[in-house]
Amino acid sequence: MITKDEVEHVGWLARIEIDDAEAEDYAVKLSSVLDYFGQLDEVDTDGVEPTYHVADIMNVFREDVVTPSLDQKDVLTNTAEEKDGYIKAPRII
Amino acid sequence: MVYENPDGVMVGLEVHVQLNNLNTKMFCGCSTQYHDAEPNTHVCPVCMGLPGALPVINKRAVESAIKIGMALNCEVVEQTQFHRKNYYYPDLPKGFQTTQYDFPIVGNGKVVIEGEDGEHVVRITRAHMEEDPGKLIHMGSIEKSKGTLIDYNRSGMALIEIVSEPDMRSPKEARRYLDKLRNILDYLDVFNGDLEGSMRVDANVSVMGGQRAEVKNISSHKGAERAILYEIMRQKNLLRRGGEVVMETRHFDEARGVTISMRTKEGEHDYRYFPEPDLVPMRVSDWAPAIREELPELPDAKRARLISEYDITEMHAKALTSDIRVADFYEVVAAAIDPRVAGTWVADVLKGELNYRDLSVDSFTTDDIIEIIKLVGEDKVTEQSAVDVIRTILDNGGTPMEVVTEKGLLKVKGDVVTEAVSETIAENEAAVQDYLGGAEKSLNFLVGQVMKKTKGRADARQARELLVEALKD
Repeated sequence: MITKDEVEHVGWLARIEIDDAEAEDYAVKLSSVLDYFGQLDEVDTDGVEPTYHVADIMNVFREDVVTPSLDQKDVLTNTAEEKDGYIKAPRII
Repeated sequence: MVYENPDGVMVGLEVHVQLNNLNTKMFCGCSTQYHDAEPNTHVCPVCMGLPGALPVINKRAVESAIKIGMALNCEVVEQTQFHRKNYYYPDLPKGFQTTQYDFPIVGNGKVVIEGEDGEHVVRITRAHMEEDPGKLIHMGSIEKSKGTLIDYNRSGMALIEIVSEPDMRSPKEARRYLDKLRNILDYLDVFNGDLEGSMRVDANVSVMGGQRAEVKNISSHKGAERAILYEIMRQKNLLRRGGEVVMETRHFDEARGVTISMRTKEGEHDYRYFPEPDLVPMRVSDWAPAIREELPELPDAKRARLISEYDITEMHAKALTSDIRVADFYEVVAAAIDPRVAGTWVADVLKGELNYRDLSVDSFTTDDIIEIIKLVGEDKVTEQSAVDVIRTILDNGGTPMEVVTEKGLLKVKGDVVTEAVSETIAENEAAVQDYLGGAEKSLNFLVGQVMKKTKGRADARQARELLVEALKD
């Protein structure tokens, strides 16, 4: 069972504000998601190699060759505020 | 002598090395040459974490990581992969850092440093690959900041994080370890250590009776020594007053020379590491033999070879190999003239003059030093004049012969000195009598007079010998 405190903590990690009513609601919903996944724990995996990646391939690399970057104005398209080519964010401590 | 380590100091270092010699970043083809560029001009959808962007691993970065691991006597792991380290901070627009977690590419190594009591082994826990975050610039002071400016040019640069065991017992040993690491990395030619931010350090520091604090934001070797020294004092004082040293992250304020608690609310499990689904695992241990073939001679091996091949002193060999450029420079000089004489001139004289001026050995040519040493060997200039020539070339440029001619440094012939000695004796009867009467000091005065007459071009030792000889009768 996920507690309200845990929901608030996860919210803080993602920098999302969650009010009391929402936290209670999410605690119930997230718990049911976890319970659902909990069913996977019932499968016997003794002697099965862990899966690190779903695609059964290895060693995909690229050569160290430069490709063009984006134009600065394109980089800044989605930012709310900019200054002298920088992306401007609110004060961060 | 065994170092007692009375306070039980334990220091472990995490060193981030930026592979700025690569052409491209860790996971995309953006150029690494951003150091003098406008902000946000060396970024692409991968750097920005735009939806649908797909990272692909830079093969040469992986080769560099293996190379570094080998130089640090590490083992290369059988299978390795990337993880996501989740945290929400604008230095990475994706909301996570792509890094390695439980399968770092190399581990179990060691580095030998000059410790408090002779050779000291620092064990290397691991070295792993990760991406550099972007650069944040706070507008105004942190307290009154009006906002933060972000430049993602650095974001996605390949980093190798080298993690040591807490084997260093003093700030000095930490400094020595960093110097040694830099030395080895220079030999490997995997990065340019002169570029800003190419080597960044976090230090884990503890003393007996307390937990460890992690000090972040250390940007120089000297800074590391100061930060660790401060942190040891802070912890000792805290314990002496009956306080408790808690596990925490602290920030090194370079300007004030202090560490400040960062009161982070995030713990290790909050990073929710999980395998990076956009990158497939790697099996690269079979690259090791070919990379080992290409591994250059490393500092310790070079030092031993210089001693046996050129018959120079341990001290000179150490001084020469502490910078690969100086070692290479020396070998060129040693091929042209007596290697032992070359050792003295390069390791003692030239290196000293370069350090004094904060210059690299690239500021001098091997041809010039060979010519200067030859002038001394052929008895054409005095040793003192030769040092003067080196200094003049470093400060004002010019060739050795130009400086020698301009300053009139060619040694005067013996008969001129003999003449100056006779004149000096004739003109300084009082001093001569004093000397003959047993006042040794008067001889120095007479030597000075000879030097004055020859405008310093006489060899002082020769002048002294001639004076003593002349005054015997």
